[in-house]
This record gives sequence, C-alpha cells and structure tokens, in this order.
Amino acid sequence: MSKYKNLWELYKTPISFSIMSLVLLLVGFFQSWALVLGIFNLSLISAIMALGVNIQWGYAGIFNVGIMGFAALGGVSVILISQQPVTAAVEVGGIKMLIALLLGVTTIISGVILNKKGFNRWIIAMVVIVGYLITRHYFSEASNLIEKLNPELAGYLGGLGLPVVFSWFFGGLVAAAAAWSIGKITLGLRSDYLAIATLGISEIILYVIKNEDWLVRGVKNVTGLARPVPYEIQIQKMEWFINMVSWIYSSKLDILSKGDQLVQLNEYVRNTSVIFVKLCYSGFFITTLVAMVIMANLALNSPWGRKVRAIRDNEVAASAMGKNITSQHLQIFIIGSAIVGVAGAMLVTYFGLFNPSEYQPLRYTFLIWVMVIVGGSGNNLGSVIGAFVIWFIWIQSGPMGIWLVDIINNYYQDGNGVIDFLEERVFFLRLVFMGLILLIVMRFAPGGILPEKNKEL
Amino acid sequence: MSDSIDIINAFALLTNFVILPALSYGSQLALGALAVTLVYSILRFSNFAQGDSMAFGTMLVIFFTGFMIDKGWTISGVPTALLVIPFAMIGTSIYLLSMDRLVYRFYRKVKAKSITIVMASIGVMFITGGLVRFIIGPRSQNFADGERFIFSVREFKAFTGLEQGIALKTSQFLTVTIAIILVAFVFYFLQKTKTGKAMRAYSDNKELALLSGINPEKVVQVTWLVVAALTTIAGTLYGLDKGFAPQQYHLLLLPIFASVIVGGIGSPLGAIAGAFLVAFSEVLLTYAYKKFLIYLLPISLHPNSLVQLIGTEYKYAISFVILVVVLLIRPTGIFKGKVLIDE
Repeated sequence: MSKYKNLWELYKTPISFSIMSLVLLLVGFFQSWALVLGIFNLSLISAIMALGVNIQWGYAGIFNVGIMGFAALGGVSVILISQQPVTAAVEVGGIKMLIALLLGVTTIISGVILNKKGFNRWIIAMVVIVGYLITRHYFSEASNLIEKLNPELAGYLGGLGLPVVFSWFFGGLVAAAAAWSIGKITLGLRSDYLAIATLGISEIILYVIKNEDWLVRGVKNVTGLARPVPYEIQIQKMEWFINMVSWIYSSKLDILSKGDQLVQLNEYVRNTSVIFVKLCYSGFFITTLVAMVIMANLALNSPWGRKVRAIRDNEVAASAMGKNITSQHLQIFIIGSAIVGVAGAMLVTYFGLFNPSEYQPLRYTFLIWVMVIVGGSGNNLGSVIGAFVIWFIWIQSGPMGIWLVDIINNYYQDGNGVIDFLEERVFFLRLVFMGLILLIVMRFAPGGILPEKNKEL
Repeated sequence: MSDSIDIINAFALLTNFVILPALSYGSQLALGALAVTLVYSILRFSNFAQGDSMAFGTMLVIFFTGFMIDKGWTISGVPTALLVIPFAMIGTSIYLLSMDRLVYRFYRKVKAKSITIVMASIGVMFITGGLVRFIIGPRSQNFADGERFIFSVREFKAFTGLEQGIALKTSQFLTVTIAIILVAFVFYFLQKTKTGKAMRAYSDNKELALLSGINPEKVVQVTWLVVAALTTIAGTLYGLDKGFAPQQYHLLLLPIFASVIVGGIGSPLGAIAGAFLVAFSEVLLTYAYKKFLIYLLPISLHPNSLVQLIGTEYKYAISFVILVVVLLIRPTGIFKGKVLIDE
C-alpha cells in the first residue's frame, strides 16, 4: 500500500492528468467526439478562470467571490471590440454619450481630489450630487436616442469592428481596470467582508450590463459574434478538407457503392467539420492556457512569488520586513481579475453570443471556487486539473443522473409519478453533489488533488 | 382637487406605496440579518448559506401548508402557513443542527480560520440550494391563503373619504407584527435568560466564557435553534408577501449581508436598523415622486418627469452602494459592531 502511496506522491501530477485524459478519451469512444471536445474546450476556459482565482487566493489569500462580474466584463469587451459599429446610433448619440461619460468621470475624479485635499464632507457630497444630476440628464438623453434607433436589431452603439482575438486582451484590460477601482475600495477589508463586497459588486456589474441597453443591448442579447476560426459551412466546401476526410474514412467508404459513397462522405464531412472547428478553438485555448500557466509558475518561483507568499503566510512579519501589503494585494487582485477577464472574453467568443442572463453566481463564481479548492489552492497545475475534473462532473452528472433514473425505471415499471419527478429534477442534484465534493475535499484532503509544493519553505 | 396643496392625500399615497412595503420588507430582512449576525457573533463566520436556508424553511412550510389544506385543517382568515411554522421550525432546526454536526463542528475543533468556515458554508449553500430545487422545483409559487387584505383601498376610501387609498395587506400586517414579537423575544432571551447571557459572554470573550464553565457546544446548539426559528419565519413572511422562488431566496443573501454590515456586524440592534435602512433606501430611491409632488406643490411647479431618483432596475444595487459607502466612511457600521481588521 505504502509503495503505491509513494508512487502517487512522486508522480501525482502526470498520473492525475493521464487519468483525466483517459476518462475524456473513453467518453469520446463511447459517447461522441463533439461532446468531448465541447467539455474539453470549456474545461480549458474554466482552467484559465481557475488560474486567475488561484493567483488571488492561492498566492495571496484574497477571497474574491466576484468572479462572475469580471468574466462578464470580458464578455462585454468581445462585443465592444469585434462587433461592427452601428453608425446611425453613433451619429445620433455617440458624442452625447461621450460627453455624459466624461462628465461622470470628472465628477468622480473631482470628488476624490476634493476628498484628498481635506474639504468638508458636505461640500464634497454637494459637488458629487450636482455632478450626478447633470451627468444623468445628458446620459438619459443619449441612451434614449441610441436605444430608440432600430431596437429590434440594433439599439446599441456596436463595437469597433476589430478582429475578435484583440478582445481577449481588451477583456483582460477592462477587468484589470475594474479590479483596480474595486480593489482600491475593498482590499483594506477583512477577508469575509471582502467576499461580501465582491459578491455584491459582481451583481452590480451584471445589473448595469443587463439594463444599459445602449452598451451591449442588455437582455436582448447580441448574437452572431465574430469568430477567430472559420465557419463549418466554409470548411465543408474546401477541397483539402474533403480530401482529408475521405482519406481518414477511406476504409469505410471503399466497401460502399458509388452513390452511397457520396452520401456517406457528405455526412462524414459535416460531422468532421464540427469537430475540426472545435479543435481550432482548442488550439487557441490551449496556447493561452499553457502560456499563462508557464508565466504564473515562473512568477510564483521568482523573488516576487516568494514575497507574495510570505505576505500570505504572515502579514505582520512581511510588513515588518518593509513589504507594502496593500499595494501588493492590489497588484495580485488586478492580475488575477485580468486573467478571469481574458477567460470571460474567450468564453463569449466560443459561444458566439452574449447573453447576460446566463451569468449566475453559482455557475460563474462558486463553481470556479470549487475547482480551485478541489484542484489544490496555491498550485497552478492543480487549478487546471481541478477545472477539468469539476467541469467534467458538472456536465456529465446530468446525463448520469438520467441514466440512473432509467435504470431504476427498468426495475420498477409501475408507471407512477416518481420516475417522472426524478427525471425532471435529478438535474438539480448536481448542486448537492458539488457541495459534497467541496466539503469532503476541504475536510479530508485540504490540499486538494495537487497540494501546493513548497509550503514549508 | 389637485389644484391645491393636499398634504393628507400626499401622505396617504406615500404610506401606501412606500412606507408599508418598506416596513414589511425591512422586517423580513431584519429577521434574516439577525440570524446572520447571531451566527457571526457566536460561531464567528459569515454564513453564505443563509438565503438558501430560508428557502429550505419556507419549503417545509409550503409542504405542511399543502397537507393542512388537504385535510381541511384551516382557520378562515388566517394564512395556513402561520399555523405550520412551528413544525417547519423543528424541521429546519434538525437540518441546521445536523449541518453543524457534520460540517462546522470539525472546523471549530481545529480552530480553523474564519475564511475556511465561510468556504464550508458555501458548500452547505450548494447542498441546501440543490436539495430545495430538487425537492420543490425551481419554479416560483404562491402559498398564501386566507384574507388578502385587512382593509382594501376601496374600504379605506369609503371610510375616510380621501382621494388616495391605503391598503393594508394581511401579509404586511403579519410581517410587521410577528417581526416585532420575535425581535422582542430574541432580545429578552439574550438579555435576561441564563442561556442568553451565556451566549453573549461566549460572543464577547470565548476563553473567559469557557473558564467560567459555559458549555460551548450547548451555546452553539442554542444559537442554531434560534437561527432556525428566525430563518424559517423570515423565509415564510417573505414568501407570503412576495411569493417563493429558490433563486430569489438565494439572492436575498445580498441585501441581508448589506443590512448586517451597515448596522455593524455582530450587533443585533444594528442588524435591525441596517435592515430598515436598506429596505427604506431601496423603496425611497426607486419610487416615482411625480404624483406625490403634484399633491404638495402649487400647479405651476408640477413636475413633468417621473421624478425617480434611480431606475427600478437598480433596486438591488442600492443596498450595495450603501454597503460600500458605509465600509468606506464608518467600517464598524452604524452601531459599533466587531472590528473589521483581523485580530
């Protein structure tokens, strides 16, 4: 027994990744490859989000439960960058909106400056309120003009019409800017207050996105976003692709008659094109993830990483050594949130549509937390494996539940309402399952699957 | 009528659309906030599972209510939900106590950091939310029966002869009455009884309380019992007033936390004050004052716009703006709660 344990201790990273790949391959053989690639791609994106959270929590002990908000900001930036501008709306209300936003920014900045100069609180409040009222006047005029314009199809300003991949960087920048302002306000707080504050702020971000239709159409959704990869239909017409498919399936095609061959080949081309597009996405996502993991690991093992962990483990001692804890926390908060923003932008690019009602804290905040804890907080590869494991369970527990219900159904064919009830509701048990996994890991393996390595150092 | 200044009608309008709804919403929040603050001061963590626990308690109430109505065991005029609250309270107590036994007790024993327990409470949140959605379904439902109004707008108008009527919903009346009774009971319990004093002593100084022979496990259990009662009643009253939906209860966590922090975490009085502050600012800031001002101002000054300070869609954001402002200006809350910096 102890021999196996030693093996696991030595090679747990390759072992756990091999097991995960094996499971995915098995699903590929028994269910479908398109499904596996879907799980794989979303796991990759979740892994990037989990990496961002791990940098905040695992490196620095910052308890951020506002992940959903940063992911949504990343999503917004996809629209702002890649959509074509709605020229009519820009002509009608663009300048006015710009003035309104500038007024708003001026109000905030003057409030902050007056506060620093030590003016009377009432004067500052007056300035801010008057500024707010003026801003609101211009703002509602501008947003009305924009939203009234062709509300069924547009009703918003559109974006810059740049390639969608730029939006991933931009998503990181937007999230970083948001994190800077949020961090300035909340990072002085104790950990559970920080949690509550970030939870609330992420909700506010979502309210703004849902209600400011002039920005990203609110709950009317933006569909048909630009893609970094070709469309399935384009690929199906390409010569080399058809040749490749017929080469792959040549053994199966050869035994068919001429007429059947063409029909069958068309079907193969259709199916393969779906898989091919998903593979292209996987390529993009893997490159990003690998680059980020490498950078994160280099950072963690650098003097900077040691400083950060020293602060996490003993704030008082680190502060006595002359480390500026607040600015360090702010820095980490910004970096982690930026990574989450990048992942949020990638997610929206992958789905090809932006639907703000999709964003639920359970799915976009707490699930990512479960990934980090289960994977092993403080270990970047742990976050990656945690994301794969948890996302796999999250996706597959629905079908598994229905499969179980079917088995029960075959045993007791009494046709009462119980089976219908179970079939309808078994989906929700995955929340229970997630909670159980989190609690069990926290209690019996607090380090997670891949615990942090040099904790004793 | 409206060409002169009419203060009585203006305030009748305000009472009907602002004061009564805010009072009942505030009372519901206050009970939830009291539960969170009790858990915080005795068990020393912010309970993220509070909203879902309220959904759990309400779910039990809905089942018992259905059972009672089936059997015909109802009293006319009284919502059946009120009659079954004690049974639901027992159920919720059992649930919360077993969660404490299975989850939280371990972390108390190893003296874990409060943030670890918060994370465990997120696990409990997942489990509770999942169970509720599994058992009763994610859809919203209404379980109020009995009289809907104590007096309706028409009755009020006929009685007073005013142009603007006030309606008092049964759920509003019950909410405020029950909240007052319950809060009075909790304060009496904390101030006067031996167990309550032990709880306060334990909250003030754990080591000293242990030295003077207070049994910590008993204190914790009593806390969960009180929390279960508050949770069930808060959930039921909210459901009677606005209907039951698991997701909505889950989101109640946000205004409840805001109330607790605004009032000063760990301070029961602060939790109540914070709850009313949050509820009143939500309703006051999103109310359209056009009609109200028409009653009050001479005709030349009548407003054309709705005179709404903040759009209704930002209702939930308001509590957080208040929260952030309080955290910046007075981090200990209105009533000085526990300090915000780690000991």
